[in-house]
Amino acid sequence: MTINKTPLAIKVTGLRKSHGDQVVLNGIDLDIPEGSVFSLLGPNGAGKTTAVKILSTLTTPDAGTVTINGHDLAGDPDGVRASIGVTGQFSAVDILLTGVENLRLMVDLGHLDRRVGRQRCAELIDQFDLGEVARKPVVTYSGGTRRRLDLAMTLVGAPRIIFLDEPTTGLDPRARRTTWQVIRDLVADGVTIFLTTQYLEEADQLADQLAVLDHGRLIAEGTPEELKGRVPGGSISLNFATATALNDAVRALGGQSIRNDDDLSLQIPSDGSALAVQGVLNRLDIGSIRNLSLHTPDLDDVFLALTGKPSTNEKKDQEDQQ
Amino acid sequence: MNTASHAVSDTFTMLRRNFKNQLRYPTSVIAIVGIPVLFLLLFVYVFGGALGTAVTGAPAGRPEYVNYILPGLIIMTAATGSLGAATSTSVDMTEGIIARFKTMAIFRPSILIARVISYVTQTLASMALVLGVALLMGFSPDASFVDWIAAVGLLALASFALTWLGIAFGLAAKTLDTASNLPFPLILLPFVGSGVVPTESMPAGLRQFAENQPFTPIIETLRGLLLGTHIGHSGILAISWCVGIAVVGFCWALKAFARDRTR
Repeated sequence: MTINKTPLAIKVTGLRKSHGDQVVLNGIDLDIPEGSVFSLLGPNGAGKTTAVKILSTLTTPDAGTVTINGHDLAGDPDGVRASIGVTGQFSAVDILLTGVENLRLMVDLGHLDRRVGRQRCAELIDQFDLGEVARKPVVTYSGGTRRRLDLAMTLVGAPRIIFLDEPTTGLDPRARRTTWQVIRDLVADGVTIFLTTQYLEEADQLADQLAVLDHGRLIAEGTPEELKGRVPGGSISLNFATATALNDAVRALGGQSIRNDDDLSLQIPSDGSALAVQGVLNRLDIGSIRNLSLHTPDLDDVFLALTGKPSTNEKKDQEDQQ
Repeated sequence: MNTASHAVSDTFTMLRRNFKNQLRYPTSVIAIVGIPVLFLLLFVYVFGGALGTAVTGAPAGRPEYVNYILPGLIIMTAATGSLGAATSTSVDMTEGIIARFKTMAIFRPSILIARVISYVTQTLASMALVLGVALLMGFSPDASFVDWIAAVGLLALASFALTWLGIAFGLAAKTLDTASNLPFPLILLPFVGSGVVPTESMPAGLRQFAENQPFTPIIETLRGLLLGTHIGHSGILAISWCVGIAVVGFCWALKAFARDRTR
């Protein structure tokens, strides 16, 4: 990983974990600087949740050392617990209590001063738009509202390091964007975020550093840009009004293009530079082109190139982007 | 970091949560009280006329039979309370909130301590309700103040033991179905003891089991305290059984709680 002068929030060396004879994590090393967003990507079953469970003290590793906010995970788990907040995949709220009561529970278990705690709860209710439902039992909340409360509960104790295990899975695009903004605000305050996600766009949007986990190993690490740079080129995509126009274009461009007769489109491999686009257009009848789009490699391509299979939610991602 | 300094405050916080949950979701109390009350009504009004005369020798057996059967059914309430503890523990463990507690710097045993206190309270309140119904049906105890204190103490001890066992069932069971099935034999044990008929009336093999299972000495001690029958060495046996069950339940629960249940 990149050398960074800021102190490390999380340092992991040689982390291993097996369930029976199935190896879940096979020697993981991580250096996550304070105040950054680190995203762990991987298909279902890659070991992401196991990694979060180990780092958040829910499970013990078979081997390896972990230091979080200066506390050794094995030697001082309570020190680690006092530094972290965790929002897992499954909602961790008491459904028989009201929203306010859930937040107060976190105030008391976080051993906060009552007055400070009340103020903090009021701020969070405001920030997460929970005002209308705060005095109702959580059992009446929608799924999205529960997740907002869940995240608010994690923030009550103002943890310096926050683990978010697929925090936006199942959220609608608007709620997802709200969550992203919350994460950006936290990072602006110097909080470190450890994020797992199946949504490549999410990692692309938020992460300073990311790592791809597959079969218990980190198969790639770097910034989103660095990872995208590891994938061979993008393409120019052309759409034609008629089949004749498409045929003419194929003839003009020769063998390097890929045609699709269903939607009368043509894909030409390209680095996406203006010069390259001009070069292609000069050889065509511009009037016959209905539209043109440029495809730069995104993390889906990275994923495909690295793991040999598409990301699990590729299709859903594209829908959400629209 | 030392979380033990928060032992008392964390336990109170957990207790507050548990009591609120119990008050807002009283279904389990309904089951805990409902099962023994149902058996009370069934045995007194349906079988009581015949059984009462046979068991107590009184010509009009029904009123006497209420007295005979009540101790067994009060103890059955400790068993239905154990069932309640098992099911709500199992449900709670599969919700993410316990995992959240485990990632916080709290006094961890407070999760189990508060659980035991709230379930024992729930069971004792349920016993009071069963007793109330029995009094309305003509139960006439013959006990001094000291006898009552001893009886409540015995019931609290039995509830404590069976609650630990119930919590252990709830923690160890992988599914809610298993958690709610495991304590079921406990509910039936008072029948295969001195709960509804004297063990002397049973055939040899069954009688041996009935006389040596844990519920019989507890029922006999309670009967002695409330109605003045002979207790003998049942008292010491009852306490030993309760302590034994509590220790087994406690150790099992701790072991199961330390295990990772999150998905």
